Amino acid sequence: MKKRKINIGVTGLNAIDSPGPGVSVIRALREAVSFDVRIIGLSYESLEPGIYMHDLVDRTYSIPYPAGGADLLMARLEYIHEKEKLDVIIPNFDAELYPLIKLEPKLKALGIHMFLPTLTQFEERQKVNLNDFGKKYNISVPKSKVIYDLNTVHSLPSEFSFPMIVKGKFYDASIAYSIEQVKTFFNKISAKWGLPIIIQEFIHGAEFNVTGLGDGNGNTIAAVPMRKQYITDKGKAWGGISISDEKMLDMTRKFLRNTKWRGGFELELMKNKDGELYLLEINPRLPAWIYLSVGVGQNIPEALVNMAMGETVTPFVTYDVGKMFIRYAWDMIVDREEFEQISMYGEL
Amino acid sequence: MSKMRYERPAIKKLETGLPNKFGMRTEYEPTTHIDGVAVNDLVKQYGSPLFVISERIIRSTIKRARKAFETRYPKVQFAWSYKTNYLNAVCSIFHQEGSWAEVVSGFEYDKAISLGVDGKKIIFNGPEKSVEDLTKAIKNDSLIHIDHLDELYTISELAEKHKSHPRVAIRVNMDTGVYPMWDRFGFNYENGQAWDAINKVMHSERMELVGLHCHIGTFMLSPYAYGIAASKLAELALAVEQKFKHEIRYIDLGGGFASKNTLKGAYLPGIDTNPTFDDFAEAISTALLNSNFKQDKLPLLILETGRALIDDAGYLLGSVISNKRSSTGRRNTILDVGVNILFTSFWYDHKITPAQSFSQYSEDTCVYGPLCMNIDVIRESTNLPLLNRGDHVVIHSVGAYNMTQWMQFISLRPNVVLIDPEEKTHVIRLRETLDNMNSMEKVPAHLEKFSI
Amino acid sequence: MKLRKNVAVSEVGLIFNPVTGESFSVNPIGVEILELIREEKDQNQIMQVLLEKYSTDQATLENDYADFIDILNHHHLIEIHEETKD
Repeated sequence: MKKRKINIGVTGLNAIDSPGPGVSVIRALREAVSFDVRIIGLSYESLEPGIYMHDLVDRTYSIPYPAGGADLLMARLEYIHEKEKLDVIIPNFDAELYPLIKLEPKLKALGIHMFLPTLTQFEERQKVNLNDFGKKYNISVPKSKVIYDLNTVHSLPSEFSFPMIVKGKFYDASIAYSIEQVKTFFNKISAKWGLPIIIQEFIHGAEFNVTGLGDGNGNTIAAVPMRKQYITDKGKAWGGISISDEKMLDMTRKFLRNTKWRGGFELELMKNKDGELYLLEINPRLPAWIYLSVGVGQNIPEALVNMAMGETVTPFVTYDVGKMFIRYAWDMIVDREEFEQISMYGEL
Repeated sequence: MSKMRYERPAIKKLETGLPNKFGMRTEYEPTTHIDGVAVNDLVKQYGSPLFVISERIIRSTIKRARKAFETRYPKVQFAWSYKTNYLNAVCSIFHQEGSWAEVVSGFEYDKAISLGVDGKKIIFNGPEKSVEDLTKAIKNDSLIHIDHLDELYTISELAEKHKSHPRVAIRVNMDTGVYPMWDRFGFNYENGQAWDAINKVMHSERMELVGLHCHIGTFMLSPYAYGIAASKLAELALAVEQKFKHEIRYIDLGGGFASKNTLKGAYLPGIDTNPTFDDFAEAISTALLNSNFKQDKLPLLILETGRALIDDAGYLLGSVISNKRSSTGRRNTILDVGVNILFTSFWYDHKITPAQSFSQYSEDTCVYGPLCMNIDVIRESTNLPLLNRGDHVVIHSVGAYNMTQWMQFISLRPNVVLIDPEEKTHVIRLRETLDNMNSMEKVPAHLEKFSI
Repeated sequence: MKLRKNVAVSEVGLIFNPVTGESFSVNPIGVEILELIREEKDQNQIMQVLLEKYSTDQATLENDYADFIDILNHHHLIEIHEETKD
């Protein structure tokens, strides 16, 4: 029997040294058993490698940055939809989620499906809100404090012990071993990302990630925990291995049950030497290592597309433990005309 | 044979790390008309630069704001914040739409009275009210919002002297979880100053405590903070009722709602992210309805929002004086619009659109004003189509504060034109002249003559 | 003044400089000017062609033309040499 064909728009084609998840998501979708796909790449910059991977991406259109505003993005997506009849869009950048969550009803009316967290879920998990998030949903998070004023730094040692982590509201984190270092990082990070700055308790231990899928009603559709084996200087996993840790799965299920999270996600976890788990961050999308989930028997992107299309999806319950992913870089040979084509016309 | 529209030659490197042309380009649709009136005609008739105010947008905005609150809470009153834009025509539109007046100086107070506003419907805020101002306000039975103890005692003395019973409110400042916390106006909630002031008013018996007021900040992006403020004021009001069996008639949550402008440094445009009237109304009315007021004793909710009601209704039209290139090769465009009339360009990335059609080619441009002052920058960096000298541009959402904070500096202030709902134009403030300025000056006799 | 050797200008306004490896996009009037330079027209001839075609004045055009040439030079797309022809 011929499988139905779904047209899927995918962003995050920047498979570079700090990679976007798009190419991994597409590989997973190409291996879907429940449908065939036509992949429409959605790119921001002309050198995103995914644009030129013609065996994975059927056609690419450039789209405006979220900073251009939701209206502009909508106009571009309408144009692309007219040509490609998009069934589903899978956004893979945090910054895209805000406008896309707002556009969800409009896109739905055009027949374009997504499976995204709600705006409240998206906002609650922001770094500055992590403390409240932990309290509200009864999940252990490292103690943290939001500060606006360099003068309040001096009272920190009464609440935190060194080292402590100094974080920007969107990106950047540094480990400080003294008040002087806290001040330096405060200045450095606030100059780049603005205020506030987040001071966070440093948890000694090992770093773990869980990726998965929530159905929006509190149920766990998929969950795969991974231990990072090799971390690049950008903090990204270069290699990782699937593990079996009931505590981690319990925390994931609790997260989904309590927040009723809808869509894909990645949890960043720390386990201290006493085996206690702390939730450090919630990424509201699939991670770049999502292809490992296919390797261990849970094709999460496929399930996400089926959920978006309104199908009932049977939750995954098992996965292979001890499977590894090792990332590698690959040089493609590309004709200049292709680069000029996407640069000039925004389509390739 | 007619010639083709000229566009200057332009070349752009296809960058690899930056957004390509498509990515940034369509921020710009030309704005050829405002409320059906051609921008080119406006400039021809009234000059450039030119402020244009849309009566249609003002009325639809205040209606939307009222609807957001009135559908959620039974008793709502808006008061027009004069300092945001006190052009008489603008104030009158708000008064026609049912808004009271909210003033913060003797000048503004007199302006409201001269427009015919009933003294009982003027809210008198601010840290500086002279004895003369207060006497006037007491005589007119206006609502006086007390900012500090010195004022409280002055009002008390004046009440005694004039044998009257002025209606007052206490301005409260508080921690609502936002930064910076505004604690310079009014009395602090957390340390008990506010409760102390309330007790002083109640015990003096010379004034009637009718309301509680707070104003938590400006360009607020968190509706939730208003919820906290409303809860705290409700607690105070209930405490007054319990202790003195006295009913607080209104809770005034001030203003500070963000408009749709984009703050400098914000990643996403304000139009996508800034809260709507519905968001603010939901937070505030939920807090008040969930407090312990009895159903029939709910206080009147007063709102003094200014910026969010007028910003989008104001446009500033300008013209290109010159295009030049900086020493680093960067495109600079000089407009005839300076920061002296566009104060808000210090904190917003104002949207600028050409008033005529253009091609898809664009350049990263720094937009300067015409002043001989280094700080005169309208946009540090924006991607603009290729504008020619003499082309017109429209700067959007300039209705709040610019027509009050503007300065007569280096050049004279321009005409302000109102477009009415029938699309007719009216000058509502004349462009200044040298005679206007000179008429206020006096030169001592010994300085009248010189020879160079 | 000459277009540098091997600089390729396509009809739609794409320029590739094989020496530096850079690509550029140029608007239509820019393409016209590049073609006129390739035909070795001098500045006066170029001005004349453009003034006949576009609604602009000499001063504006001269100004913009000089700016455009500067940028072409900056990107090493043209060679400027002393005009010794009489």
